[in-house]
Amino acid sequence: MKVKLLYFASLREQLGTPGEELELPAGVGTVAALRSHLRGRGGAWELALADGKLVRAALNQDMAAPTAALKTGDEVAFFPPVTGG
Amino acid sequence: MKVSVQRDDFDAGAEMRALQLDPKVGAVASFVGVVRGVAMTLEHYPGMTEKALVKITEEARSRWQVMDCTVIHRYGELKPTDQIVLVAVASAHRGDAFAACEFIMDYLKTRAPFWKKEAAGWVEARASDDEAAGRWSGLPGTRKLG
Repeated sequence: MKVKLLYFASLREQLGTPGEELELPAGVGTVAALRSHLRGRGGAWELALADGKLVRAALNQDMAAPTAALKTGDEVAFFPPVTGG
Repeated sequence: MKVSVQRDDFDAGAEMRALQLDPKVGAVASFVGVVRGVAMTLEHYPGMTEKALVKITEEARSRWQVMDCTVIHRYGELKPTDQIVLVAVASAHRGDAFAACEFIMDYLKTRAPFWKKEAAGWVEARASDDEAAGRWSGLPGTRKLG
């Protein structure tokens, strides 16, 4: 299954990319599993997405829990806690 | 109902007057957030930002008697004393207008995808913002007037 990934703010800078299209391996079916999959790339990915880091996720432009299920064509965004207002 | 995410400044007075045109409106409460201290750049998530703000205003309308409301949030480069955000709520009475305005601001702070960056780096989210938003979730059934 293929998903569109977006990264914002400090996370975008740490990862060095605003986003990508990614073919997910079998078994990566939730937001949490996707985060863990990306962390497996090592380096900046491992640091920025480490378990202790506060990273929020949105699925198709709605805030999403780690347990949210993914399907092909989804837009998934990862970002730090928001600081607007 | 008006939600706008924009680079340009806004006229808070004009936006508030626009909420007073219905003769059933008896109260307009508003909040204007202003850049304090140092210049900043505001990044957002185009598409999601507007959606998140609309959801927050709909949540406010389900809790209080809100006749109309306006939320404007800027992005891009802003300097000290610049306006960042306007929330204005029209209601028949002040209680609903004050509460809904504060609720929208508290939820916006924790749910609308904006991020501030200063010269010193990205601004960290504050736990007090989560606490402010959290105090609305334990409320019993809300007052509906009219």
